[in-house]
Amino acid sequence: MEGATNFWATPGGWTLITVGQILAVTVWILLSLAFLLLADRKIWAGVQMRKGPNVVGPFGLLQSFADFFKFVLKEVVVPDGADKAVFLMAPLISFILAFVAWAVVPLAPGWVIADLNVGVLYLLAISSLGVYGIIMGGWASNSKYPFLGSLRSAAQMVSYEVSIGFVIITVILLSGTMNLQKIVEAQAGGFWNWYFLGGGLANLPMIFVMLPMTVIFFISALAETNRPPFDLPEAESELVAGYQVEYSSTPYLLFMIGEYANIVLMCAMITILFFGGWQAPFPTPFLADWAPTAASFFGFMWFFLKTIFFFCMFAMVKAIVPRYRYDQLMRLGWKVFLPISLVAVALVSAWRVFGPRV
Amino acid sequence: MALQAIAFYLLAAVTVGAGFCVISARNPVHSVLFLILSFFSAAGLFVLLGAEFLAMLLVVVYVGAVAVLFLFVVMMLDVDFTALRQGFARYMPLGGLVAGILAMEMIVVASSVATQGAASANAQPLVATPELTNAEAIGRVLYTDYVYFFQAAGLVLLVAMFGAIVLTLRHKPGVRRQVIADQVARSPKTGMRIVQIKPGEGLQE
Repeated sequence: MEGATNFWATPGGWTLITVGQILAVTVWILLSLAFLLLADRKIWAGVQMRKGPNVVGPFGLLQSFADFFKFVLKEVVVPDGADKAVFLMAPLISFILAFVAWAVVPLAPGWVIADLNVGVLYLLAISSLGVYGIIMGGWASNSKYPFLGSLRSAAQMVSYEVSIGFVIITVILLSGTMNLQKIVEAQAGGFWNWYFLGGGLANLPMIFVMLPMTVIFFISALAETNRPPFDLPEAESELVAGYQVEYSSTPYLLFMIGEYANIVLMCAMITILFFGGWQAPFPTPFLADWAPTAASFFGFMWFFLKTIFFFCMFAMVKAIVPRYRYDQLMRLGWKVFLPISLVAVALVSAWRVFGPRV
Repeated sequence: MALQAIAFYLLAAVTVGAGFCVISARNPVHSVLFLILSFFSAAGLFVLLGAEFLAMLLVVVYVGAVAVLFLFVVMMLDVDFTALRQGFARYMPLGGLVAGILAMEMIVVASSVATQGAASANAQPLVATPELTNAEAIGRVLYTDYVYFFQAAGLVLLVAMFGAIVLTLRHKPGVRRQVIADQVARSPKTGMRIVQIKPGEGLQE
């Protein structure tokens, strides 16, 4: 046993453990994505009173796997005038970035690959890099529709990042830390401590600031991930499929998986920042008697349920809300969300300075 | 630590290599992409130094926003690559002079840091404490000792923003703008008229 503990402390053992953790998280996300994709299509179909995919496997459960094999087995078509290296790198970048961000997401008490002190900033940084996959794909295709799509997406993602940044600052101000694990721990003890209600009964007046901030974050997350009603970069009725027009087979699959991994990441971020992450919505003093692993699984269950709930919200929005016009999208981002979130940052800071000491 | 050494040499090599590719790439868009790679690996070097807050800010500000706009502009330009190559010999001496001066300054700074340390004689370096994260450490200095410089930097940026707006803002006459409040306030009374039309007579205006 002594030898074993020593081995895990050496650089080699540390590398093995970390690679194992990364693999576990990645495989888990990929598997979840297969069913979330199906759920997305099923919810969409349900709203429109269709049946949705129901042929492959019971209730169409294996549809995503069938799609996977279809994409992988088809031929990769690279357009003649395309910049080949950039063209093939773009989907890789959007795929890798979507998964790299999961390194700091605390899935349960102690279940996090990298416990960074600047976890929130890391997430913001990685999600702001996501735009490169789209711009590079659109430019390298050497075609008009993809280029228009990528230009739209660049402007859109940069604009909405600004308000996402300010909303995140309000949460950082309330929690006093940028460590995601500590942000979640600060929301322990029941749903009234979650930050969408201002975080704790002493901070209850902050509900008038934090509830709108939660809504703004949700809508900005839709825009940041290019989801309907803000899917202008790929608007199929005007740009065919935007930046994805020239992509086929595996590169297209990578774009698609990257997009959905980003959506689930945004759902996880809403869960962590505003809805208590892995905290149960009621006080859990009984967890002290449980084995640590059982407590972790208990936390993971709540995190998973909340993330799924927000994914369902994303899917409902896609089914219900009509697409925005581009100038409306820009107006919403710069003239509505940005001033409101700026005022909110000022209000929360004032509350932290002049409000009750908790 | 062996892992840190490997990471450092990898990141440093990528930074320098990408920096070289920025000036040697034929396509300006490739140059910008290499510049982004170089920024990104520089952020990795910051992380190795233990300055993770600066690293994240570098990525958020430079890679996530500034370089996107840069790429945006370069993609929109219709660049003639052969025209860019012309006049290389003519501009070479000037470029060489600037590069030489920069290199000289860097050598002077580096050697004086190596002999006398980074801080000047009066400055008190902040004591590194394990419980103080470097975001807090920067905040404590930035918002106390250097608050006026910090505010002045903000004002400079604000003036630059005003300048850009003043240069580009034009009020074109005759443009019909969407007034959302008017559209929302529109009711059946103001928006439509109900007309009874008798069969065979048609509508008389």
